[in-house]
Amino acid sequence: MINRVTALTQRELAASFFSPVAYIVAAVFLVATGYLFMTYTLVPGEEATLRPLLVYMAQILIFAIPLLTMRTLADEFATGTIETLMTAPVTDTEVVLSKFLGAMVFYVALLLTTILHVFILYRYGASGFGVIFWGYVGMLLLGALYVSVGVFASALTRHQLIAAIIATGILAVLTLGVQGLSILRGGAWRSVLGYVDVLRHFEDFSKGIVDSRAIIFFLSFTAFFLFLSVKVLESRRWR
Amino acid sequence: MIRVQNLTKEYGDRRAISGLSFHIQEGEIVGFLGPNGAGKTTTLRILTCYMPATSGSASVAGFDVFNESLKVRSVIGYLPESTPLDGGMRVREYLNFRGKLRGLDRDARATAIRRVADLCWLGDFIDRPISQLSKGMKQRVGLGDALLHDPKVLILDEPTVGLDPTQIRETRHLIQELAKRHTVLLSSHILHEVEATCQRAIIIAGGKIVASGSPNELKRDLRGNLIAEVSGPDAEIRKALSQVRGVSEVQAETNNGWHRFRIKTQAQDDPREDIFKLVKANGWSLRELRLEGGTLEEYFVRITAEQAQTKGREARS
Repeated sequence: MINRVTALTQRELAASFFSPVAYIVAAVFLVATGYLFMTYTLVPGEEATLRPLLVYMAQILIFAIPLLTMRTLADEFATGTIETLMTAPVTDTEVVLSKFLGAMVFYVALLLTTILHVFILYRYGASGFGVIFWGYVGMLLLGALYVSVGVFASALTRHQLIAAIIATGILAVLTLGVQGLSILRGGAWRSVLGYVDVLRHFEDFSKGIVDSRAIIFFLSFTAFFLFLSVKVLESRRWR
Repeated sequence: MIRVQNLTKEYGDRRAISGLSFHIQEGEIVGFLGPNGAGKTTTLRILTCYMPATSGSASVAGFDVFNESLKVRSVIGYLPESTPLDGGMRVREYLNFRGKLRGLDRDARATAIRRVADLCWLGDFIDRPISQLSKGMKQRVGLGDALLHDPKVLILDEPTVGLDPTQIRETRHLIQELAKRHTVLLSSHILHEVEATCQRAIIIAGGKIVASGSPNELKRDLRGNLIAEVSGPDAEIRKALSQVRGVSEVQAETNNGWHRFRIKTQAQDDPREDIFKLVKANGWSLRELRLEGGTLEEYFVRITAEQAQTKGREARS
C-alpha cells in the first residue's frame, strides 16, 4: 500500500512539474501574493501582520487550486492511461490518495515560497510567532480541503477545463456563496450555513485562534470529498 | 487458466456481449476474433478487472475477477487496445514506475527491465521520452510493461494494430515465443494473424461466440469454391460444367475470350479431375483450375454476415 502510493505520488508530482499549467499558476500566485503583501502588509504605520495576505490567498486559491488539480484524474480518462492504471494491482483508494498527495506536495511547495514574506515581516518587527504558525496551519488545512474538492471534480469528467470549472464552482459555493447566504438568512439556516462556511473557519486560524471545531471541519470535509472521489472512480467501472 | 461462464455485459440498454462461455487451458495461445464492435475489448476488459460484467462469472488462474480483483490483476499482463502510456516519462522511468506498482523491489525491477528490454527490443530508445516514440515503439513499450512481472496470463488487445509489416512479423514471432511460458489470449480482427499465431480461435460476432476451434478445424468446415478458366463457347461450357457430378452452381465472367467460372460444389466432392477430362474431351483450353481459398477469412466473412442477417431479421420482426 505505502509503496504503491509513494510510487503513484512521485509520478503525480513529476507530472505536475512537467506541466506548463502548474508553472503558470505558480507564477500568477506568486505575483498576486507579492502584490497583496506590498499593498496590505507593508504599509507604514499599519500593523505588521500577515492576516490580510492569508485571507486574500484563501480567495485566490479558489481559482488557483482547481487549475492544479484539474489534470489529476480527468487526464487519465482522456488519454486512456486509467486503463493501464486500474488493471494494475492498485486500489481506487490508493489512486485517489496519491492524486491528492501529489497535488498537496505541489501546493505546499507553493505555500513555502510565501515564507519569504514572513522573513521580511520579521525584519520590521512582526506579530507573534504563534499567529503566523497557526496561520500557515490554517493554509495547509484549507489547501487540503480545496485539493480534495479539485480531485473530486477531476474524477467527474475527462475534460480538464470542466473539472476546473466544477471545482471552482463547488469552492465558490462553500466559501463566498455560503457567506453571502448566511448574511441574508436568519435563524437555523444561519447556523447551518455558518458551519459549512469555509472562510469563517479559516479566519480563526489567520487570527491565531486555534479552534478544534475548525480543525475537525477541515479534516472531515477533506476526507468526505476524497471518499466521494473514490466512489466516483468506482462508479465509472459500472457505466 | 481462464474460465468464462455465461458472461453478459450491457451498456445501458445496449448488449455488448451476451452469454459468453469459454475455457482456456494453461499454456494455450488463443485468438479472440471478431469484427469491430463484436465485444472483444469488452470481454478482455472484464477479464482484466477494468470493468465488471452485468451477469455471469469469469476467473483467471483460479481467482474470481470480481471478488479477487487484485489477485487477478497481479497474475495478468495486459496490453490495452490503444496502448495508453504516460507521455511525460522516459521509457525506463515508466517501466520502473510500473514495476513499483507491481511491487517489485529495486533489484527485481532492474532485472525485469533488462529482460523486457531484450524481449521487446526496447534497447534503442529505452532512455527516450515516451512522447517522442512512434506507434510501433509504444506498442513494444506496452508489451514490455505487460511482461514486466512475468505474468502467468498475457492478455493482448489488438497487439499488432498500427505496426509496419516487419514489426508485425516480429511481434507475432515474439507472441509465439511468449506462449511457451505464458498463457496468451489475444484479440484481433485480422484473421491471418490468428491463423499464424494461435493454436485456437474463438470467433465472436454480435457479442456471441459463433465458432471455436483450431484454425485447421475451422477451415475444415469450409466448403470452398472451384475456379476454372476455360476458353471456348461460353454457353456450352457452362452447360457441360453444371452437369459434372458434385457441381451445384456455376457463375461465369468473361475476360479476353477466357471464361472464368466460379463453381460451387457439394460438400466433400472434388470434381477437378472430371472437369479436366471434360475440357480435354471437348478440345477446349484450360489455363487455371484450383480450389479457392478455404481461408479463415471467408469463413469469418460468412459467419459475421450470417450474424448480421439474423440481427436484421430480428429487428424487422
